[in-house]
This record gives sequence, C-alpha cells and structure tokens, in this order.
Amino acid sequence: MNRFRAFIIKEFRHILRDPRTLLILFGMPVAQVLLFGFVLTNEIKNAAIAVYDPASDAESIELTQKMASSGYFRIERTLQTVQELEPAFRQGKIKLALVFPPNFGQRLNHEGRTQVQLIGDASDPNTATTLINYASSIVQDFQRKRRGSEASQPYRVDVESRMLYNPEMKAVYAFVPGVMTLILMLISAMMTSITIAKEKEMGTMEVLLVSPLKPIQIILGKTTPYLALSFVNAIIVVLIGVFVFGMPMMGSIGLLALETTLYMFVALSLGILISTRAADQQTALFMSGLGLLMPTMLLSGFIFPRESMPYVLQLVGNIIPATWFNQIIKSIMIKGVGISYLYIQTAVLLGMAVVFLALSMRNFKDRL
Amino acid sequence: MEEPVIFTENLTKTFGRFTAVNKISFSVYPGEIFGFLGANGAGKTTALRMLSGLLKPSSGIAQVAGVDVMRQPEQVKRRIGYMSQKFSLYEDLTIRENIRFYGGVYGLKRAVVKQKTSELIDKLELGAHVDQLVRSLPLGWRQKLALSVAMLHEPRIVFLDEPTSGVDPLTRRQFWDLIYEAAHQGVTLMVTTHYMEEAEYCKRISMMVDGKIEALDTPGQLKKQFNAESMDEVFRKLARG
Amino acid sequence: MQAIEVQQITKSYGDLKALDELTFSVASGELFGLIGPDGAGKTSLLRILATLIVPDKGSARIQQHDVVGDYKYLRNILGYMPGRFSLYQDLSIEENLAFFASVFGTSIADNYHLIQDIYVQLEPFRKRRAGALSGGMKQKLALCCALIHKPEVLLLDEPGTGVDPVSRKEFWDMLKRLKEWGITILVSTPNMDEAELCDRVGLLHKGKLLALDTPANIRNSYDKPLYEVRSQDMYRLIGDLRQMPGAYSCYAFGEYAHLTLLHPIDGAEITILQYLESRQHRDMEVRATRAGVEDCFIASTLDQ
Repeated sequence: MNRFRAFIIKEFRHILRDPRTLLILFGMPVAQVLLFGFVLTNEIKNAAIAVYDPASDAESIELTQKMASSGYFRIERTLQTVQELEPAFRQGKIKLALVFPPNFGQRLNHEGRTQVQLIGDASDPNTATTLINYASSIVQDFQRKRRGSEASQPYRVDVESRMLYNPEMKAVYAFVPGVMTLILMLISAMMTSITIAKEKEMGTMEVLLVSPLKPIQIILGKTTPYLALSFVNAIIVVLIGVFVFGMPMMGSIGLLALETTLYMFVALSLGILISTRAADQQTALFMSGLGLLMPTMLLSGFIFPRESMPYVLQLVGNIIPATWFNQIIKSIMIKGVGISYLYIQTAVLLGMAVVFLALSMRNFKDRL
Repeated sequence: MEEPVIFTENLTKTFGRFTAVNKISFSVYPGEIFGFLGANGAGKTTALRMLSGLLKPSSGIAQVAGVDVMRQPEQVKRRIGYMSQKFSLYEDLTIRENIRFYGGVYGLKRAVVKQKTSELIDKLELGAHVDQLVRSLPLGWRQKLALSVAMLHEPRIVFLDEPTSGVDPLTRRQFWDLIYEAAHQGVTLMVTTHYMEEAEYCKRISMMVDGKIEALDTPGQLKKQFNAESMDEVFRKLARG
Repeated sequence: MQAIEVQQITKSYGDLKALDELTFSVASGELFGLIGPDGAGKTSLLRILATLIVPDKGSARIQQHDVVGDYKYLRNILGYMPGRFSLYQDLSIEENLAFFASVFGTSIADNYHLIQDIYVQLEPFRKRRAGALSGGMKQKLALCCALIHKPEVLLLDEPGTGVDPVSRKEFWDMLKRLKEWGITILVSTPNMDEAELCDRVGLLHKGKLLALDTPANIRNSYDKPLYEVRSQDMYRLIGDLRQMPGAYSCYAFGEYAHLTLLHPIDGAEITILQYLESRQHRDMEVRATRAGVEDCFIASTLDQ
C-alpha cells in the first residue's frame, strides 16, 4: 500500500509540475465547453432567413418585420413558391425559413388561432435549434402584444417547427454530452497512454520493471490519478453545461456518475492498450489521436448527427465507446431515464471495458 | 609564421546576464588538428556556433577562413565542413544519394558531384555498396563516409563533434588515419569532445572552463605543465582550479 | 561462489547477432568490467541479466537464480542502472530517491549507510530537480537510487557516458568502496582505460569475448614487442612505420604511434630511428613500451 501511495504521489507531482499537462487537463475541458457554447450563440446575429408569405396581410407583414428588426434575422429572400425553399437551403443561402399559411391574418382575427411554420437547417443542429428558439420567442412576443391590445380576444399562434436533414431535434446544449465524451476520452485514454509511453521513452520504465513492482501496480499507479482527474473534469463539464448553458439535469446524478466511471474505465484501458504498443510519447499521441479522438469526434454523433451518416459509418460508430456513452448522458440528463432504459448501452460499455482491460493486461509486458 | 585559418580575439557571447563565452582568444593554423575541449556547459558549443556563423558574437573578433564571422556569416558556412558522430548522414538514403544531397546543399555542379562521388568511392573502396542504404553499413564505414562527405565542397576547415566516441579502438584508429591524411593535405580540423581519450590525438588542445580558455598547448606540454599522466588528469586538475 | 553465471547466451535482433554464445562468470563481491565499443552487445547482456529481455539461447543465473524463470525473485535483489539517465527529471533529488526506496519497500533511512558517501555530495542540492543536475550529479543520484534497497548484485550500463572526467573518477572511487559492503558489481564501459579499475574484465566485441581475465593478465598476454614512436608528422609516420620491414601493425595512440613488431629485434630503437631518418622524419622519439588493454583489444580484433 505504501508503494502504491508513493506511486500516486509521484504521479501527481509529474502532473502538477508540467504546465502543458495541466493545461490539457484543466484548461482544455473548460475552454472547449465554453468555446462550443459561445461560438454557437455568437453565430446567431443577422442570420439569413427566407420568408414565404402567400397571405401577405397586415398581420403576416407585421410578424415578418418584427423578425427583421429583432437583430437576429435578416430577410435574405422572399419566396414566391414553396418549391424555392429546398434550393435555398441546399445552396446554404439561408439558415431558417418562415412559412405562413395563406390565410394567416384572417384565421388569427376570426378564429383567434393560427399557425406559422419555422424550418431550420438541422445539418447544423445546434445553430438551427437556437435559431428556432429565437424565432419562436419572437412569435410568442408578437402574440402577447396582440393579446394586450385586444384583451378580450385570446389570440394564439401555434409555432410548428420542422428540422430539415436532422429530424431528431437537438437542443442548444447538445454539444455538452459530446464534449464530455471527448474530454474523458482525451484525458483517460490519451493522457494515460502518453504518460506510460513517457516512462518508456525516458528509460524510467526499465528501472521500474527491474523492481519488485508488479505490472498491475505500475498500471494502477499510473492511471489512478488520471481517473480521479477525469472525474473532476466530468463534474466541471456537467456544471458548465447546467449552469452556463442551461442544460437540464433530469435524471439521477448517482447514475450519471456510475456510468461516467464505467466509460472512463473503457477509455483508460484503451489508453493502456495503446501504451503497450507505443514506445514513445509521439507514437502514443499519434495512435490515440488517430485511433480514438478522431472517431470519437466524427463518428459518435458529437459533430455529425449519426442519423444522417451512411449506414456503414453508423455501424463503425457502434464500436466506438463514445457513441454509447453519448446516448447514456443524453438520456439521463435530458430525458431523465433510469437504468432500466439503459441496459443495452451499459452492457455494451461493460463488455468493452472487460475486453479492453483484459487485452491491455495481457499485452502489458513486464519485460522490455 | 603562417596566417591563422581561425583567429579570435576577446570573442564573447552573453545571453542576458549570463556570459557563455568570455573573451577567448586563440589561433589555429592550416593543417592543424586542434582539440576544443571542455565539460558540458563550459561554453564549447556556443563558441563553436559563433565560429561556424550560426550565432552572432556579442563582442570581439572572429575570423574563419579569412572571413569575418560578424559581418559575413553566410560566407563562413560555405568554407567550413561539419561532421558529428551522432548525426551526419541520412540513414535512409543510399551512399550515392547522400553524396548527391550534400553536393546539392553546397551548390556543387552536377558534373562535379559525379566526379567527386566516383573519387570518394574509389578511395573508400565502397564501390559495391554505393546504392546501399547507409543504415546497412558498418559504423566504421559510415564514419569515414561522413567525414568524406563533410569535405565534399573542399572546405578549409572541418569541425568534428565527438567523431569517435564509443567506437571500437581499431575503427577509431582507422578514422584518425583519415583525419591525419586530411590535415596532411592542409585541411584544418577542429575536434570538439569531452572524451579525453579522443583529445590526445590532437596536435594542440584548448580547454574551456566556465566560458574561458584555461589552458592551450600540445597534449605533451599540458601533461608536463599540470604534472599529470593523462589528459583525464589534466582535466581534473584544471576543473578543480 | 559465483554471483553471476552466464552460459552460452545468444541474442539476435533480426540478422544481427548481438550476443554470440557468451560464457563467463563473476565471483561474489567482484568488480567486473564489461568493456567494448558501442554495438558490442553490452546493453543486451546487461538487460538479459537485469531480467528485462530473454535470451534466444543459453542461460544465466544470478545468485543461483535463473534470470528467466526466477525473474520475479531477482528483481528484489538486483540494482540496475540503465545506460541513459533514467530518473524522473521533474522530481527533485530527494523525491526521486524516496520514490525508488518505497518502490522497493524500504526507506532512505534504512540503507542510508550504503549511499551516505555519495549522498552527502548531493544533499546540499536535494531540493533541486534531477533534470537541472550536471551529468556527474545525475549519475551519482542514479547510483543512489539503484543502491537504496541494498541490492546483492549491481548492474551498471555505461555509467561514465556523458560524465566529465572528474565525476567519472569519483564514480569509480565509489564503486571501489561499495565492494566493501560485499556487493557484486558488473559495470559496462566503452572506455578501455577504465579496465584497469576493475578486478576482472571481459573484452566484448561483436557479441563475443575477446579476452576474459584480470587487466594485468590481459596486458601481459600481449606477446609481441611494442614501441611508442613520434615524429613531427603523424600522417607520414604511421604510413612509413607500417611499411617498415618487420612491422606487424602501427596505430596512432594519442600523441604517439604504437608500433608492434613481428619479432623482437636487437637494438630495435636504433633500427627504427635509422629507418625514420632515411624517410626524412624530424624530432623523433622511440621508446619500448608496455601494451595497454587497448593495444590488446586492437590486436585481438586484428586477429579475427
């Protein structure tokens, strides 16, 4: 136990004394979450929109002008037919379309209730969701004002929003789970593989091997600090998600913590597996970057929605731990589901943890 | 006396408040094998970088092959050759490719490179291996090749950085045969090393301690002066002050 | 009793035979030097003995324990210092030492007597990070770390590399003192001069032992007459001496050329001087000399 403690102390000293490691461990997660969050919200200034207004009555024009003067939207096009909608999106000229029914003002005045359709380009889901949210609130505002002027009549404008290319609606905080999977992968897998490779590169592994330390002690000693730090990071990311970007936390925090720990074990064992193959830090960095981080970013549904991926890539995505963990976080935080809905994902991660851990233990040589 | 081929007077280099090289003055003459010694951090590397035009001196004079290092560093680089045991040749290129590459670096004409290649290969008896990767050659051959390549552009001065450390004694002798031959032909060789067993082969030796040249003479005279049996002992006595 | 027994060890890397049926042993408490140039196989052998790699053929035993089968036990009693500096550069002297002590389940206090001589020199800097130390200090620290668990056998791979002559001498003095504690030491070095500092040496070249004996016996085995010669022009001197009738070999040795004759000649000095005079040499000096370990190494490699 004494040996283990000494090892952990040593490992923490390495971490604390290396500004680069510290920056990756603590600067990067915060910077990434904030960057993703604010870049997305910043983009939404003067977003180009198209308007299709077959009604062209006082009410529809009023709403259109309200949109244009809000500062968020700029009327890029006024469409003559619905058919023009698709090409406008495809060319990337517009990010949102406002579609009125032919009898917008009439229904509003007579029936007290009408509709307006907001169509977003969900190939960029985060932006689309934000735009729709803004537009909806402008519509609400419009509605409230009208109600105010003629208090007797309860006007209602139903907003029907539709996401093109990505029917499963994502919220503005959709990136939070993605960033979390990425960061945990980065720290648990990449940092552990690099720190073990560093011992090899510096020759200190030679000395450790020619000591009574068992391989498992070396591995645990090297990984425990990173496990702890990953956990701290997970907490930071969740806190920023909840308190800065208003992400809900519907489900059980305990369950989230358990699932996160499971995912960290998977990542960690991948890191150890890489370190058994990589003789120096550069190789470890290259292998974990190419083999773990890239797929995590591209295929897990973090940046590109899995639904819009070709089937083959979706299959490849299935062997990426992040894909499953992504679903788990979203389900727990947004939908608030319990473990009973997450058996499959949990089982998959558990299986991965066992397989990778076994593989890495087997491959970790206690010789050179 | 002949014109020195390397001449320095009060050559100094400071980095901020730290004086790496402190007013060193010495001359090296054509055909001399000059040992430039010192422990790590004594200022050896800094002095050498100034002499090869890589680093601008803070003050003092340094002339190398008739060129002022301060004013024409690029000219200096053309007139010197450099070889180190650790790195000199590209191991993943063949002998011929290495020669062609270095010829190109020094702007030699294609025909000249071709002629030099065949001369060099005849001299080193490498004919059968010219298209072999350098990696596959024995260490001794590689070293000889490296020295010859460093002298491809007929420099008047060649800097040798620990040229034979860790090499077996016989290969080391064979390498020194080549160095003696180059010196005999009038090339000046400046050997930097912190291995005293390498230093003893030089005609004259300067010893740097803390940025200054503390001793400069033939190995024999130095041993007499310090009443020492070996250069190792000279070094130890010097270092103790 | 033999502390280290090596039996016909062979180790290859691809086509390269790093060690070729090597057999030797080191007695308990002996300071044994493994001397050879880079690439001779020193590191491979030390790593086999340190239980870090497995030989292709042959066997090795340390304190009666097999290096392959009993490696777990051996790791408790071995002290090993790899060729390159392999301590934690970002930890201080004290932290490094404390860490390695606890890795071996001991503490600095327990075996302080072993490292005391060395550690007193490091102690004033004990808060300094290992990366900021000079080559000599690093080597002393590495030795302390390898000694802190009181190993029975100490394996040192080129401890003198990158170390200035002052520290190198101190390092060897320390090894001599360690012998008093009964520790068996196997040290490798490319430096032929260091042979004299060992009880017994093995001259290693291309994976084979050229000689295995005490330094004195090796020197005495040089069976041809040897002379040191100098003149004002080393290049011509060596060339001319090689062509001298009766010459066996001639190589530069520092300021002198070492000339070996095929057979003893009466008045050899005069003969050599006259020969050189006929070749227009100046400032000549000729003296009979005793062969050093390096001469023997060259002679053996020439014979091969």
